[in-house]
Amino acid sequence: MQSIINTSTRYGWAMIILHWLIGVIFIGQFVLGYVMMRTPSQRTSFELIQLHKSFGFLLLGLIILRIAWRLRNAAPALPASVGMLERRTAPLAHFALYAFQIALPLSGWALVSVSTLEIPTMPFNLFVMPNLPLTESDASESFWTSAHWYLAYAGIALVALHVLAALRHHFLLRDSVLARMITPSSGGE
Amino acid sequence: MKARILGLAAFAACLAMPVYAAVALSDAAGSYTISPSGSSIRFTIGKAGGGGFDGAFGRFKGTIRIDNGDVGRSKVDLTIYPESVGTGQGRIDAFLRSDAVFDAANNPEIQFRSTNVTRTGDTTALVTGRLTARGKTFPEKFTAELGGLKGGTIKFHVTGKVLRSRYGMDVGTPLYSNVVDFDMTLMGKRG
Repeated sequence: MQSIINTSTRYGWAMIILHWLIGVIFIGQFVLGYVMMRTPSQRTSFELIQLHKSFGFLLLGLIILRIAWRLRNAAPALPASVGMLERRTAPLAHFALYAFQIALPLSGWALVSVSTLEIPTMPFNLFVMPNLPLTESDASESFWTSAHWYLAYAGIALVALHVLAALRHHFLLRDSVLARMITPSSGGE
Repeated sequence: MKARILGLAAFAACLAMPVYAAVALSDAAGSYTISPSGSSIRFTIGKAGGGGFDGAFGRFKGTIRIDNGDVGRSKVDLTIYPESVGTGQGRIDAFLRSDAVFDAANNPEIQFRSTNVTRTGDTTALVTGRLTARGKTFPEKFTAELGGLKGGTIKFHVTGKVLRSRYGMDVGTPLYSNVVDFDMTLMGKRG
């Protein structure tokens, strides 16, 4: 029970599970988004887009849960070996990662809301998700399509940086930064 | 024994309804060619969360033959060209024409051939027949109502529901209903 919440040196199971679940879905959404726009079959493309929308809303729900959890349960401190530069930039990178996790699903929601195709949204065919109160038009659709596209590429670049940083900690610096995001038993100083 | 008219039009005449009193069996009987001008084939598909989207086929052809001797032997043949589908939204039209829905390139025609016509009221009839789309054929039924007969022109209002999934066009369910509501006005010109 104790290992569900974070401590001053370890991540709890709640944050660990949310981190990997969101990470896998986020990267999967990028791949799905890339593939669905290049699928020659209009039918397959349509179905993949609906799946992308479903996972987008799942992601939005998970990230809201994650931020709420994070606000009540501070992240553990960095190991003492971490240098001053990283100590200052890591929180900025993490803040940016959170910002993209919110901005990407929201920009996608805005896109389907203003689209002149007026395709309804039913996450996993479970219920009808209402549109955001935005005015539909071709110009708005084109704007949000671009916004969603740029956010996706910037977001995935940030994720790549995040992954490289984690690998650096594990294989070059040989500290507990990556390992403690895998299991709560790692990270004790 | 009153003479029975083929097709839907002449039913009114059988009853000598005041409105259609002028339509005599002998007047309505005959063959009609469906005229694109004055005719329309519209459809609506309901959407999850309310509303729906409407479309129409711009090109179609067909004939209506009203048999003077036996209503049941009336015939309706209709050919629709799915390439001509229009919804007012070009991207949706392209989607409908593609192999996601009509596959118009490989299946350029949707055909309806009536197999039976049964009178259901003074001016109405049930038309059953075989609908072929994307190489699949199923029995379907439509309700036809006589709208009028004037000069050599006969007019019917035809409605019916078709389940699109049977024809390999189930894409988008359940976001979009499986039921396609047809609403047609068919104007036939004698000859």
